[in-house]
Amino acid sequence: MNTDTHAAHADHHHDDNSHGSLSTYLLGFVLSVVLTAIPFWLVMSGALPSKQITALVIMAFAVVQIVVHMIYFLHMNTKSENGWSMMALIFTIVMVVIALSGSLWVMSHLNSNMMPIHQMTGMK
Amino acid sequence: MSPDLLKLIFGRLTIESLPLHEPIVVGTFAVVATGGLVMFAGLTYFRVWGYLWREWFTSVDHKRIGIMYMILGIVMLLRGFADALMMRLQQALAFGGSEGYLNAHHYDQVFTAHGVIMIFFVAMPLVTGLMNFVVPLQIGARDVSFPFLNNFSFWMTVGGAVLVMASLFIGEFARTGWLAYPPLSNIGYSPDVGVDYYIWGLQVAGVGTTLSGINLICTIVKLRAPGMTMMRMPVFTWTSLCTNVLIVASFPVLTVVLALLSLDRYVGTNFFTNDFGGSPMMYVNLIWIWGHPEVYILVLPAFGIFSEVTSTFSGKRLFGYTSMVYATVVITILSYLVWLHHFFTMGSGASVNSFFGITTMIISIPTGAKMFNWLFTMYRGRIRFELPMMWTIAFMLTFVLGGMTGVLLAVPPADFVLHNSLFLIAHFHNVIIGGVVFGAFAGIGYWFPKAFGFKLDPFWGKLSFWFWVTGFYLAFMPLYVLGLMGVTRRLRVFDDPGLQIWFIVAGIGAFLVFLGILSMLMQFAVSFLKREQLKDVTGDPWDARTLEWATSSPPPAYNFAFTPVVHDNDAWWDMKKRGYVRPLLGFKPIHMPSNTSTGIILAGFATAMGFGLIWYIWWLAAASFIALLAVGIGHTFNYQRDFDIPADEVIRTEDARTKLLAGAK
Repeated sequence: MNTDTHAAHADHHHDDNSHGSLSTYLLGFVLSVVLTAIPFWLVMSGALPSKQITALVIMAFAVVQIVVHMIYFLHMNTKSENGWSMMALIFTIVMVVIALSGSLWVMSHLNSNMMPIHQMTGMK
Repeated sequence: MSPDLLKLIFGRLTIESLPLHEPIVVGTFAVVATGGLVMFAGLTYFRVWGYLWREWFTSVDHKRIGIMYMILGIVMLLRGFADALMMRLQQALAFGGSEGYLNAHHYDQVFTAHGVIMIFFVAMPLVTGLMNFVVPLQIGARDVSFPFLNNFSFWMTVGGAVLVMASLFIGEFARTGWLAYPPLSNIGYSPDVGVDYYIWGLQVAGVGTTLSGINLICTIVKLRAPGMTMMRMPVFTWTSLCTNVLIVASFPVLTVVLALLSLDRYVGTNFFTNDFGGSPMMYVNLIWIWGHPEVYILVLPAFGIFSEVTSTFSGKRLFGYTSMVYATVVITILSYLVWLHHFFTMGSGASVNSFFGITTMIISIPTGAKMFNWLFTMYRGRIRFELPMMWTIAFMLTFVLGGMTGVLLAVPPADFVLHNSLFLIAHFHNVIIGGVVFGAFAGIGYWFPKAFGFKLDPFWGKLSFWFWVTGFYLAFMPLYVLGLMGVTRRLRVFDDPGLQIWFIVAGIGAFLVFLGILSMLMQFAVSFLKREQLKDVTGDPWDARTLEWATSSPPPAYNFAFTPVVHDNDAWWDMKKRGYVRPLLGFKPIHMPSNTSTGIILAGFATAMGFGLIWYIWWLAAASFIALLAVGIGHTFNYQRDFDIPADEVIRTEDARTKLLAGAK
């Protein structure tokens, strides 16, 4: 009964494994710069044939960028904080996917059914 | 002074903004002002301001903050219920050419304020207050993870409430309904300050709600006593965890929607306008992505309370603990998949409506599972019909009824008939009063002795119970009938004299609920006077099962002299069964957070900023914002954040308890 967990709370966690070293920070930094520079170049040079493809490629780079930030700067892995970080991430992704895809679905219906005729060009 | 200068100083606030032409409002103001002055004078006369400031307003103790949340909720209940009585009276009178006694301008504010206050400033504070008070005790912790943040969250909630209350006497409140749908809430149709009061009241309070959600999640995840694994947490703690996850996931959506609406109103963007590519339907979609989880935010903790109460007063372990936990988690996820059922009629088409209709029906399955768990807990239990148990049984009967009308509304074709009718009003009052309000009252009755050291008086409590329950049925069953007959919500006058009798019955019901509220206030007063007779010296007046009953009533500032070790779901029951002996020796100094006035100061500036933005008093808004930042940054340099309760003080407190316990035997 006499376990004084208080000491454990006060001294905070020193689980160094979840914090990065200089090399991982540098790696993350370089990756972020590269992942930002390529989309920038794609837009400036117009290397890809259509704007739509460029936009999609940029989106793909953005997703990779998010993952890089989470791993190298937020130190996310499956073990940090006893798995709670991963759990929170999965929950967040589920929520965001539901809210975004649901809204797109609902709003596309509402848009095609309910908006005045003149705005429906290009809609089925 | 020139008009320009006046405008610079007071924005659009003029002497005409005061509702001096509305006799009802002036009368209310006179009563409130007199009451306020009497209270202020009384507090000054008895010199309790210093005590209140030092021991309560600046307190970071989760128990005191929890109690302050409850007081806020009950005070705001009086305001919200006054609005309800006014509406019932208006609708009972306004027949046969009579205009009733409220003009349209005032009536529209009344129903908007009623909804906003009841959800944000009654139900939310009651629920948050109970979670704040109970959760750390139930998991064997000394406080929440971030005690200062907790104090700040509370005062932000108060700040929002102050803004909403101020709208009664300075200017006016929104006339848009409680969710302020555009285009009505856009600047073109609501050019006055009402919607701005709504926006900034909710934004200020929303900061508090979100932060308190983060705080409680962290507390539950990080501060559980040794041995309390996730599947050994009390059900109330589980439902609190899920509720706070919902808060953190959904309140940002509300914040963003309201921010976009403010941009439309303040700087002329077109997110939710009819023209220039805006879509008011997007507002409805987004606000219900917050709004539907919100109702589960309110009701999940109530489910937790009923679980604790049922197992305690049946003298049995909760039936189906694991299924209860999974049902809670499933409801948490599903509550994000049903939002469209609030606007089936907006025109989404068959595929979308069927999807959301079916998800809505599915959500009743885990809820039904919970209901059976409570019934099986009671089955062959030794049930004690104390007040919390009575509220629980009233909940079971009432909530099932409300749930069934909910499933009815979930059928899209039926919803096309019933949408926006009084049937809907009856349905959601049926689940919110039957679920959340009865739950909060069960919780108040159950944990009151823990908070104050004496039980509540049963006579006035039972009187209040019967007034509330009969009043509720009389008030809302007629609305189901009227809704089926096609009467829509928010109407001010009626043509068909045949409907009047139903509104009169509903009015009588509301009056009974009013008597119920008065009896409840009387119950608090009588219990306080009879506190010696009703005293709880054991700390465990109900022979209960969870850890909060292991410590004294009221608990010492540090909650537990030694952190308990948990071996079972019902930790305290298990300790009692194993012949737990309270340790009398070996006390150590206890490290605790210090009180701070920063929270109340920050919230004060935030409220002033809201007021400045509402009235276009730009200098006030800017100055408060700068002050907010300065105090916030300044507080990071405050290093006197903690202190140790010396060992002899702990020994004195614990010895006093030992004497009390010995006297009780």
